[in-house]
Amino acid sequence: MDPKEIQIMIENGMSGANVNVEGDGTHFEAVIVSQDFDGKTLLERHQLIYKVLGDAMKERIHALSLKTYTPEQWENIK
Amino acid sequence: MSEDIKNKIGSQIEQNNVVLYMKGTKDMPQCGFSARVVQILNSHGVDYEAVDVLEDPDIRQGIKEFSNWPTIPQLYVGGQFVGGCDICVEMEESGELGPILQEAAK
Repeated sequence: MDPKEIQIMIENGMSGANVNVEGDGTHFEAVIVSQDFDGKTLLERHQLIYKVLGDAMKERIHALSLKTYTPEQWENIK
Repeated sequence: MSEDIKNKIGSQIEQNNVVLYMKGTKDMPQCGFSARVVQILNSHGVDYEAVDVLEDPDIRQGIKEFSNWPTIPQLYVGGQFVGGCDICVEMEESGELGPILQEAAK
């Protein structure tokens, strides 16, 4: 699976999110910056992304590391 | 998921303060993500129950539905789902994981 494909799925599912996905076809790493994460726990943030990825996460994506930030958090770590 | 599996997972989580659903065993993790969480839990010196999902396909599938979470490993502390590897690592780095492990061990 192409990392771009995962990136587009997340971008389509979360409007306004800044998404970057890298990977070797089996293991992927995604960095997602979205206002939608504001006020959500890590668990809720990851669940939101898993929901967007739906069956792809169950069937086609073997391993996906997630880093989730609000725009404010992202400003602070840049 | 069958009622049997649901009950089995429910009682594993209820009867153990800390439960890690993982691939492989504590001594021989079969996946880097599972190994990472084992390493973190070991570093805290807490007792925990490790369930090897590779030993039981029903649990492997069942735990994903039970937690509504698509990946393994999965950590439960004090009956609550904490998260997968990324969340454990982030909570470890931020210092949040230690206190909840200590609290559950009481």
